[in-house]
Amino acid sequence: MIAAVAGDAARIVAKDLRIERATGVITTQILPFGIVMLLLFGFGVDPALQVRGGDRSVLAEVAPGLFWITVLLALLLVVGRAFAVESDDGSLDALLVAGVHPAAILGGKAVVVAAELVVLELVVGAGAVLMFDVTIGDPLHLVVVMVSTTVALAGAGTLFLAVVAGQRGRDTLGPLLVLPAMAPVLIGATAAAGDALYGAGSGGIAWTWALVAFALLYSVAGIVGAGALLEDV
Amino acid sequence: MTSIAVPPSAPEHTGSRLTRVLGAATAVSWVVWLTYGLVLSPADVVQSESVRLFYLHVPLALSAYLGFTVTLVGSILVLRKNSAFWDQMAGAGAEVGLVLAGLVLVTGALWGRPTWGTYWVWDPRITATTLLFLVYLGYLVVRRLDLDAEVRARRAAVFGIVAFINVPITRYSVQIWNSLHQEATLSLTDTEMDGSQLTSFALGAIAMALFTTWLIIHRFRVGWLEYELDRSGLESAILERRGERTATEVV
Amino acid sequence: MFVEYVVAGYGISAIVLAAYVGWTLRRGRALSRQVPADRRRFLRD
Repeated sequence: MIAAVAGDAARIVAKDLRIERATGVITTQILPFGIVMLLLFGFGVDPALQVRGGDRSVLAEVAPGLFWITVLLALLLVVGRAFAVESDDGSLDALLVAGVHPAAILGGKAVVVAAELVVLELVVGAGAVLMFDVTIGDPLHLVVVMVSTTVALAGAGTLFLAVVAGQRGRDTLGPLLVLPAMAPVLIGATAAAGDALYGAGSGGIAWTWALVAFALLYSVAGIVGAGALLEDV
Repeated sequence: MTSIAVPPSAPEHTGSRLTRVLGAATAVSWVVWLTYGLVLSPADVVQSESVRLFYLHVPLALSAYLGFTVTLVGSILVLRKNSAFWDQMAGAGAEVGLVLAGLVLVTGALWGRPTWGTYWVWDPRITATTLLFLVYLGYLVVRRLDLDAEVRARRAAVFGIVAFINVPITRYSVQIWNSLHQEATLSLTDTEMDGSQLTSFALGAIAMALFTTWLIIHRFRVGWLEYELDRSGLESAILERRGERTATEVV
Repeated sequence: MFVEYVVAGYGISAIVLAAYVGWTLRRGRALSRQVPADRRRFLRD
């Protein structure tokens, strides 16, 4: 049972990644979105502005928060796309009728979303280092923070947007469902990333553990809730 | 379809003996609470008159949680039993809870202005309540999605359960985040209460809980009527379609 | 002191709750007339 579900999920991942490669949406739309956000933050927060009494710019100081806000907004685009691929031509129904377990569909989607977010995070993160003068104090800690946050966001985003899958108005309702619920993840990811970058002790390793817990929570919730969300679409 | 013995005269309103008893109890408790809280009890030494907002604010918050708890219970039962009854109950709890939560924010801001000198502070309770308000607003929008009633009920139930799990997480996260950024401020429930204040608060909590129960029952019945109307509308539409088809087939 | 904030808090709450209660009860009356009598389940205790 579990092996079959995992196998189906893997096939959905492979299929969606093929679609992404063929359409190039991630490289031609999602990544440019991330880069535009970097520029906008530069316009919004003067890059020359220094933290009073510190040796960093304000922009570098707030970079962790801006980074995760960018990822959070990109999440909406990426998940919206993951479902649009299926529901626009009713292939979600086809998958279910073919006997694919709902958990395999949501799980597969979440993996694809996570993979796309990782690509975005690498590009935006590199941009932040280059353009915002961000320094990385503890790379290993940063990797743990990024992986757990990405899993939490991908899991929760897929779960919440499955609630509105195939519905009119999903593009505007999605943010209302996802963003307020993601406040704890944003708080934790910003504090933990700040810690990994600057070691400022803004909560220490505790937030990183919290992020790992969020990642587990939303993954489990997605798998458990999948059946109730997608059956009889 | 379940058929239930038709009462000789079905009521043309959402009242019943239960709601009338609850309504009477609500009225009495409100008179006692408001008289004591607004007139008889003395003003606070530190907060002066504005402490009276506290007698309203906290009962509103407790009752909002009461509503959201009904939503949680209803959502779980929807998933376990596919129950249309509990789907409507969950919706009623969320809507009443949302109205109360909105008033929690308003009364909190009005209390904050004289106490802190500002309507908004990044206090964990206020911030978390605002997020809570938005989450349940989202829940109610999900309930209005144009979907088959059963599918919609299940989707809303999943969101209703995850939303509730998120409440303590959000609350705790915001609290820790907040404690790093600013000194602890005087908070509504940190106030040390003397006897008369404790009494006003307890009376308010009881009065508001009675009112909330009464209101949720009425709102549930309205929801149920909407559900039945939807269903009978659908059925007559199907009958009509069938009639048309037979007519054309005959021709 | 600060009586105006107390009045505003209780006043706004009273108006909002009264409006919501009024809406609920009126809608209940209107709907129960449209729903056939045998479908008005749960309206009695």
